[in-house]
Amino acid sequence: MSVLVDQHTRVMVQGITGREGLFHTRQMIAYGTQVVAGVTPGKGGEWADSVPVFDTCKLAVEATAANCALIFVPARFAADAMLEAADAGLPLIVCISEGVPVQDMMLVRPYLDKCGARLIGPNCPGLLTPGSAKVGIIPGHIASVGMVGVVARSGTLTYEVLHALKQAGLGTSTCVGIGGDPVNGTSFLDVLKLFEDDPLTEKVVLIGEIGGRDEEDAAAYIGNNYGKPVAAFIAGQSAPAGKRMGHAGAIVEGGAGTAAEKIEALRTAGVRVARHPEELPALLA
Amino acid sequence: MKLHEYQAKKIFAEHGIAIPRGRVADTKEQARDIAKELGGRVVVKAQVLVGGRGKAGGVKVADTPAAALKHADEILGMKIKDLPVRKVLVDEAAAIQTEIYFGITNDRSARKPVMIASASGGIDIEEVAAQTPEKIIREHVDPFLGLRDYQLRHIASMIDLPREHWAAFAKIAHGLYRAYRDTDATLAEINPLVITEANQLVALDGKLVVDDNALYKHSELEAMRDSDEETPAETEARIHGLSYVALDGEIGCMVNGAGLAMATMDIIQLYGGRPANFLDVGGGAGADKVAAALRIILRDTKVKALLINIFGGITRCDEVARGVLTALETVGARLPMVGRLVGTNEEEGRKLLADAHMLTATSLADAAQKVVAAAKGAQ
Repeated sequence: MSVLVDQHTRVMVQGITGREGLFHTRQMIAYGTQVVAGVTPGKGGEWADSVPVFDTCKLAVEATAANCALIFVPARFAADAMLEAADAGLPLIVCISEGVPVQDMMLVRPYLDKCGARLIGPNCPGLLTPGSAKVGIIPGHIASVGMVGVVARSGTLTYEVLHALKQAGLGTSTCVGIGGDPVNGTSFLDVLKLFEDDPLTEKVVLIGEIGGRDEEDAAAYIGNNYGKPVAAFIAGQSAPAGKRMGHAGAIVEGGAGTAAEKIEALRTAGVRVARHPEELPALLA
Repeated sequence: MKLHEYQAKKIFAEHGIAIPRGRVADTKEQARDIAKELGGRVVVKAQVLVGGRGKAGGVKVADTPAAALKHADEILGMKIKDLPVRKVLVDEAAAIQTEIYFGITNDRSARKPVMIASASGGIDIEEVAAQTPEKIIREHVDPFLGLRDYQLRHIASMIDLPREHWAAFAKIAHGLYRAYRDTDATLAEINPLVITEANQLVALDGKLVVDDNALYKHSELEAMRDSDEETPAETEARIHGLSYVALDGEIGCMVNGAGLAMATMDIIQLYGGRPANFLDVGGGAGADKVAAALRIILRDTKVKALLINIFGGITRCDEVARGVLTALETVGARLPMVGRLVGTNEEEGRKLLADAHMLTATSLADAAQKVVAAAKGAQ
């Protein structure tokens, strides 16, 4: 058991013939993930290594019974790719693409909700269940099999934490990269609930950053008798207000969304908050 | 991307919103001529992409074309929060009865546009929100349904707008919502929206912030970008697709990934140093991007030491190290540097850096402590 993906997940890669799509498809297959289909409009009938390519998601799903979409298309095509995957009935959609306009996401997200599709991302590194499957771009070898559930808004900072956990002899049940955009699919709170119900997750690490209220919402839930210990790190304690720190969603606006507020909310909820990422393993002991 | 007031108001006017008559000027003589053409009392307003223009003396009323020339002369060339003023907007001055705040922005938690209105217009809305939150009216818009008239009647009644102005207010609100949608704005704001002595509703000021991620749809807005309002480092970063924010510390940082870049700044601060910048060099950290990043960081003369923190994962660290060294040769940096590389072939990567007299580190904490010590030694 794990959350969201495992060795039975049948992945369809949108944008499989692109440079990133093909590179990461190879990495995923090498890790043991079942990549059953690719979608690139205009390249239906071709093959990406051993993976059949289709023109549309509907054709790919009919032929391969894919049940998870993974999106690598350029930002300007990403909204369309998410809607197409949802329309084709895929229950889980992971969007790696960065740079989707916020107003587009305000249309995409409610439509996906209506279709009953869960979205991870956009602008995220995807999912990794060590030993079973990876759906996205998280390097497989930096994490080992274990009992710590990891949820994070960023990419390389998450790798840093997975690496630190592994160095300390701690393994990961599933790592969920929810992405750095202001309007996204799955929140910290959603993933905390999944980890709460997962028998193979004993402890949780939450890696947040400045901007928005997602960490505060998570803290409120944890404070109300969350069943598992949680440790956290919040990036951006030294970030100035009003400046966007790389991620579209990483900005302190109108004095709200500061690291200090998030750390305070988490501490109040009983979460142990690390001063820097390499402190996290010790806080889980 | 922020637009200037004159650009925002032009877009508002194209969406049916009443704005004062006026034009933008680059010189004091042009300002005088515009004042002459408008006749009567005018207001000369600095066009600069920061708030607090009024307090800084960047907005002045002139009763005659000669006074407009004098004010324009003072305002053009002045610096407001370090940004030089290169243009002034000369508008006819309005006789004001009432000032209202009206804006539309993205509510990220609700995942919907939200209209914000207040009878306390003309001043910083964040101050109103902090001190008298009950004076702020918020109304979400369903992006599928768009803005509905009943919502505008609700807002108008809540801000005590006299009924005779409701129709004009609805026209302005629909116009502003269309402008917000058409430009993929993250903020479209009229502050103040005034009722004039002549009983007209007019947008005296305008602010429009466009979603950078949507600029590919809007070449006409991209063309409005004012590079004069960026520092040379910011312009170079934008051209190379790097995320860069200048800070006021002494330790330059080059990191791959935004979250890790923030965490690197934080840990420098934790160990007693001060970061000079935020810089995300991107996933692969290719040699050309690394070279551009180094040039940008080293433009800042306050930088005493540099930390390069690359978490490669799949990326080969020996390749990253070679890229860094090639870039250093072209840039010619002479300051203490600490390199931390994690990923495939990381030992080889570290050795390459060490052979080039760079300090190396394996952990983030070690790297931060080394660079803080190096910066202190260099001072």
